[in-house]
Amino acid sequence: MMASEKLFGVHATALQLRSQRMMMLASNIANAATPNYKARDLDFSKAFDLARQGGSTEGAVLYRVPVQSSLDGNTVEMATEQTAFAENALAYRSSLSFLSGRVNTLTRAIKGE
Amino acid sequence: MNGNAFSVFDISGRAMSAQLVRLNTTASNLANAGTVAGSEAGAFRSLKPVFRTVMDDFGRATVQVDQVTAAKIAPSKRHDPTNPLADKDGNVWEAAVDSAAELVEMVETARQYQNNVQVLETAKGLINETLRMGQ
Repeated sequence: MMASEKLFGVHATALQLRSQRMMMLASNIANAATPNYKARDLDFSKAFDLARQGGSTEGAVLYRVPVQSSLDGNTVEMATEQTAFAENALAYRSSLSFLSGRVNTLTRAIKGE
Repeated sequence: MNGNAFSVFDISGRAMSAQLVRLNTTASNLANAGTVAGSEAGAFRSLKPVFRTVMDDFGRATVQVDQVTAAKIAPSKRHDPTNPLADKDGNVWEAAVDSAAELVEMVETARQYQNNVQVLETAKGLINETLRMGQ
């Protein structure tokens, strides 16, 4: 168990993983026109379990299976990536608001308000 | 973190500059569409950027333009003896540019550029919100 978990619960881990996933989706969107690029994504629940056990999240990185494959071997589908990116950004924001609330609670406890 | 790591600004920023190179080649191709030359070798051939994935040490990837090559389309010969550029047989060679394909390319480039801008904007917003955590 990470040291920060006593203070912030699961949301500290969740936020880190959300940030990691955002980078991966950004990579996919950046490579939308690169021939032979294979889109990848993070299996969030698997990564979350791995991270909670203190392990590396590398085992949770999976290749995307395209709905319709393209001739140039690129497996980025804009609709899929954009939906995943929006969903991930929203989840990041909700984890952040939980954390923010927790920080506020702790600050108030320290000040003795 | 040690090793070479891309931030989201690297990923989307570099992708934007690659798309800009692509847009520039499209503009150059469209500008040269319809030009003629007096020999096959001298005729304009459309330019195509070659994109390549660049990975960092953490499995993130951005894109860069590896090279800009001339497309392997042969310029078409047209018999036009009145053209001052025509050779001794009265032929000119038209630029090897597919205008319709270039226009499609332009729209696609613009959309992908916009997608990267959107990613950057969202990521910037989230980073700002993270900085203000607990305030």
